[in-house]
Parts: sequence; C-alpha cells; structure tokens
Amino acid sequence: MFALRENRMTVAAGAFCLGAFLLFVGLAIAALLAETGGAGEGPLFDAYIWRVTRFTLLQASLSTLLSVLFAIPVARALARRPQFFGRIWLLRLMALPLGLPVLVGALGLIEIWGRQGFLNAGLRWLGLERPVSIYGLFGILLAHVFFNMPLAARLFLAGLERIPAEYWRSAANLGMASHALFRFIEWPVVRGLLPGVAGLVFMLCATSFTLVLTLGGGPAASTIEVAIYQALRFDFDPPRAIALSGLQIAMTGVLLFILRRLATEPEEGMTGGRTVRRFDGAAPVARLNDGTWIVLALLFLIAPLVAVVVSGLQADLLKLARDPNVHRALMTSAAIALASAFASVSMAAVMIRAAATMTAPRHAGKLAHGFAGMIGASTSLILLVPPVVLSAGWFLLLRPFGDVARFAPVIVVAINALMALPFVHRILAPAMATHTARSERLVASLGIRGFHRLRWIDFPALRKPLLMALSFAMALSLGDLGAVALFGSQDMVTLPWLLYSRMGSYRTADAAGLALFLGLLCLIFTILGTADDVRRPERRKA
Amino acid sequence: MTEPTAAIELRNVEVRFEATTLRFDCTIAAGGIVAVAGASGTGKSTLFHLIAGFEDADYGEIRILGENAGNRTPSERPVSMIFQDNNLFAHLDVATNVGLGIDPALRLTDEDRKKIEDALRRVGLEGFGRRLPSTLSGGERQRVALARALVRHRPLLLLDEPFAALDPGMRSGMRTLLRELHAEEGNTILMITHHPEDVKALADSVLFLDQGRIIAHDTLDRFLERRDDAAIDRFLGNA
Repeated sequence: MFALRENRMTVAAGAFCLGAFLLFVGLAIAALLAETGGAGEGPLFDAYIWRVTRFTLLQASLSTLLSVLFAIPVARALARRPQFFGRIWLLRLMALPLGLPVLVGALGLIEIWGRQGFLNAGLRWLGLERPVSIYGLFGILLAHVFFNMPLAARLFLAGLERIPAEYWRSAANLGMASHALFRFIEWPVVRGLLPGVAGLVFMLCATSFTLVLTLGGGPAASTIEVAIYQALRFDFDPPRAIALSGLQIAMTGVLLFILRRLATEPEEGMTGGRTVRRFDGAAPVARLNDGTWIVLALLFLIAPLVAVVVSGLQADLLKLARDPNVHRALMTSAAIALASAFASVSMAAVMIRAAATMTAPRHAGKLAHGFAGMIGASTSLILLVPPVVLSAGWFLLLRPFGDVARFAPVIVVAINALMALPFVHRILAPAMATHTARSERLVASLGIRGFHRLRWIDFPALRKPLLMALSFAMALSLGDLGAVALFGSQDMVTLPWLLYSRMGSYRTADAAGLALFLGLLCLIFTILGTADDVRRPERRKA
Repeated sequence: MTEPTAAIELRNVEVRFEATTLRFDCTIAAGGIVAVAGASGTGKSTLFHLIAGFEDADYGEIRILGENAGNRTPSERPVSMIFQDNNLFAHLDVATNVGLGIDPALRLTDEDRKKIEDALRRVGLEGFGRRLPSTLSGGERQRVALARALVRHRPLLLLDEPFAALDPGMRSGMRTLLRELHAEEGNTILMITHHPEDVKALADSVLFLDQGRIIAHDTLDRFLERRDDAAIDRFLGNA
C-alpha cells in the first residue's frame, strides 16, 4: 500500500515460498498416492498393518493417560509451593526434555531402567530373577512419559499460575479446605486445559518415530512410522510403505481435526517474577503430598540425564574427539542444521511479511485473505505429514533417478526446514506483527526502504526472535533422526545417525560419549531458542 | 480556482469502511496551526492518514500544496507526521532516530550531525544524542520526534494527539515549544486533540468532525462562540 513496487516483490516472494512448500509436500504425497493405484487392495491391509495401527493408538493413548495423570499432581504441587529452594531449577529441568534429542533421552532411560540399570539391580537385590525389559511397550511408555509429562505439567502449571491472586485470598477468607479448592478453583482450570494438553501429547506420541525405533522391537511393538521405515529400508516393500503412509496421514489428519475442534491451544504464560501468595497447603498432609510429587518428578527426570552425563564422561572422550568419523558427522550435522534453520527462518519471515502486506489494505479482497490464510495453515499443515512420510514419498519419487543417497542432503535439509516451520512461525509471527504495527507507518513516512530498512529497522528490532527461531530450528535439526533415517548412507552420516549405529553395534561407550556431546549441543541451542524475554512487552512509560 | 496559499485541498474525498463511509471536503490555508477535534471514531485519524498517504481515498482528489498527492508514497509527500506513541525506534539512539529524518539510509555527513545536534538543542534536549528512547520520559520522546520533524523541513506537520500520554505540566511546555517552532519555521501544522485548552492555546483555526463529516471549519474565535451544534457544545463543555 505504501511503496507499491516493494510490496509486489514481497508478495511474490511469499507466493514463491508457499508454492515451493506446497510443491515439496504435494509431490511427496502424490508419489505415495499414485503408486497405490497400481497395487492391489486385498493384501495391503493385512493383519500386520492392523496390528501396527492398533499398537500405535494403544501406546499413544496409554502414554497420554500416564503423562497427564503424572503431570496434574506435579503441576498442582508446584503451583501450591510458589517458593522453595531450587524451584526455578526444577522448572528449567522440566523444559530440558523439549530440547533433548530423543535418542539421547532414550540412552539415559536405558541406563536407569534397562537390564544393567538401577531398576533391575534393585529387583535382583530383592531376589527377583527375571529382569524387566525396557524394550517393548514398557520402555515406550516410560520414554513418552519422560518426554511429555514435563511438557504437560508446565502447561497445567502455567494455567494454575494465571489464577488471579484474589481467588486465593477469597478462598482463604471463606475458609475453603484443600479438596474444595481443588474442586472449585484448580480443577476447572485443569479441565479447561485438558483437551488441548492431552491432544498435543497424544499427537506427539502417535507420531513418535525415534523412540519406538530404539525401544520398540519387532512387529509386536512397532508404530506406523517405524513400520514405514522398515518397509522401505529393510523389506523394500513400497506398496506396504504406501499403505502405511496413507494410514498415517489419515490418522494425523483426524487427530489434527479433532484437536482444532475440541481444544484451544494451550499457552505457556509468563511465570517469572510474579509470585502469588498461597494460603493453603500449610497442613502436614499437604506438605507431605506436594513434597512427594515434586521429589518423584525430580528423580524421574534427573536420573536419566545424570546417567547420560556419568556414562558419557566414562567414555574415552579423547578418542572420540580424534575420531574422523565423529568429525565428519559433526560437520554434516552442522551444515544440515545451519542450512535448514536459515531456510526455515527466511521462509517463515517472507511468508509472514507477505501475508501481512496482502491483508493490510482496507479493501483486501477474498484472494488476499485466502492467501494469508493458506500461509497460516501451511505452517501447521506440515504436522499432517510427519518427516518419515515426507521422506518416504521423496524416496519413492527419486528412486527412478538412481541412487537416492545422492539427493540426501537436499531432501534432509528441506524436511528439517519444514519440520521446524510451525515452531519458527510461532516465534516469529507475534514478534513481527508487533514490530509492523509499531513501525510500519513511521518507516513509510520516513521513506526507509529495501536493504536500509532491513539493516536499520527490521533486523535490529527482530534480532532476538530471529536468533531464537534460528537456534530452535538448529536444535531440532541437530537432534533429528526421522528425516535422515531413510536417506542416510555411508556418505551422509549425521551425529544422531552415528549415535544410533554405535548403539546398534553395541559400542555403548562410544554411544554414551556421543550422546553427551549431542545432548549438550542441542541443549545450548534450545536454551538460546527459548529464552523467554522476547514476548514480554516493552516497558512503556506514560 | 486553486489559491496559491492552500496547503491542503480535499475534494469530495470518500473513504469506505464496512460499516460507514467518511466524506471530506475542505481547503486548509498554508501557514497556520489547525486544531482537528471531534469525538472518537469520527474520522480524525483517517483524515490524517489520507493526507500522509497511509490510506488511499476510494473517491475524490487530495491536493497538497497545489499538487495531486494521490499517487505519491508517504515519504514523497511534503508531510511529517508525529504519532501519539512509538515515534522512535526503540533500538536506535536519539541522534540516529533524528538522523533517519535526514537520510533514511543513514549516510550522515559531519554537517548532518551538526544539524541533528542543533535540532536537539532547539527542542531542549542538548546532549541527549547517545541515549536510548527507553531512558527518556514520554515528553522527551515526543520532543525527539519534533526534532526529527525539524530536520526534515517538510512544509506540513501532522500531529496525531501528540500530548495524549503527557501530564498537564508537560502538555503546556510542549504547547509553548510547538508555538515557538511554528513561529520559526512558518510551516502548516494540523493537530488532533481532545482537549479544548490545547485548541485555545495553540490553534488559529479549528476543523471539527462529527460522524465522518467536517461540520465546522472556523477561525478560533468564531469556533469558540458557536452554540449551534450539540457535538461542539459537548467538546467545549458548554452543554
């Protein structure tokens, strides 16, 4: 509206990004659907596929149930104890699994709960001979609770902390007892958040790939995504992979639809700084109850992390540091992470700017709103097609052109970039909207354009969210195994892939060392990527 | 027809929104201070946005200093605008914020830097150049915005409730400053305000809007004596 030529270019760039995005996803889906036509329908949905589907849904339901049931008392205990020594560190610990590569977490869990771990040592000491195996449903549930309970607890806690302080004062004034407080104040909040939180956890567990690949075993404990991978990588059975992919897309589609319908997106409010005084929970029973839950959560979360550090430090780190394979994997991972993070962030930024430009005029037509809507939807649409399905589609598409490994770098970078898109969009969109609202007219009236605008206005003002989005996308890509799994080869080994193969070949000491290194790397980027000061509105003095 | 002294002419200008249509038709002479008043939602800001180029008219013609402004971008129009808030880029220091008014690409010569210092001195902020906007009071920030308008030397200055966030003491200081600068520059100033005392202390004439129409365009003295319209009575406190 203000500078027409520049706006047309912005919109064109946005349309180009959207087009490239749709083409990349569309071609993968088309490749999967097109090949279904050729195959017969009878044997496709055989007993194996149904078993896998049933198991996928079963483990996701149980994982969700357990995560939520564990999260509610933990969140309640934390909300009722707004001040105790180390509370902030416990909250930070609860944010860690989000940035921890799944493989590293799995390794830590094996150290604690596995055959040689603490659990079985304790059982042996008690005289029980048969060890509990972490491989199978037990391990998958355990790992899903490890990764998702803290997420659920943080979302519930944020909800509970948004309860106005006056409620607690009135409740104390009225003399409401603990169960009454729960029934009339805490539970309504939790219940309101429940569909969103449970839906999110279910979605994450139903599309979990790496954990099931590591901890699942055989057809008895395999999810659809792992089955797709095995069908292509080991059995080379494209029709089965295609049938499974269709099933996966249908399932995630239904899940996304239900999520959209039922649940408002849970948000994590700003919890820092403001302490609400709670008048309840002084009774010994309440203290014991809260203390128990907090200690339980702490032990459950910290034990595997400590195990990763301890066994990592026992590994021959110097040897690993000199290992050329490790060097190569590090370089490969770094290159992929950088490329995909930059691609993801620039794509998101261009699309957001284009959507804003198109809908800015008063008389923005249906076309403009449709375009902006498409951009908003596309970033979450990618959740519909998990990385494994995307790479399966491209695997089949590229197969006629020779060795698929040749295309690996491009495909992996693209898939990693798209995977990060929803998160990047979530970080950038609000920051860019605020920035635009604040500076758009000023910039137009001063005539600051093009490169100068980027250099003096947009980049400095958006530096923080941009860096946050970049480092978050890099952490995601660094820890990813799903996109690499199908395309990985001797020529392209990433750090998680190297870790996975060392785990598989029982070089556990190497694996432990690598896990420590990879875990630290990703945590650094996640901490950079989730520093929460960006959404805090700037202090305005009247 | 076109008088050489007209700063702004709006001829049968229409702006259509979903619920209402605003219609403006007026000629504003150059060189004065015009107060633009009226209740909230009557189109004052839209009128400014039309003149500054942030909003396009659906019908009619906008002429600024005798030239058709319809196809000019905001920065090409001979207009500076100061908003109620967020006039400064929070990440740039005061001098840089003013410097953007000289060159939007910030290629500043030593002479330009002198101009910036001079402008800051004129608004009473000598030595504030290296400070960040967040360390200034609301009134100081508005004065930085004024300093930037000074270095831009545009014949028209639009002020959209520039004192709204200031306390009464600061308001009167800003009014005095604005009067002085106007006397030195001889520019045309349009200022949206909700306060009759701003109108009385500053304006040479008044543009009064009601329900998307300009219902009064009088000299200050005549405006203050009007008793024929309920909206104007409410504004002046005569009701």
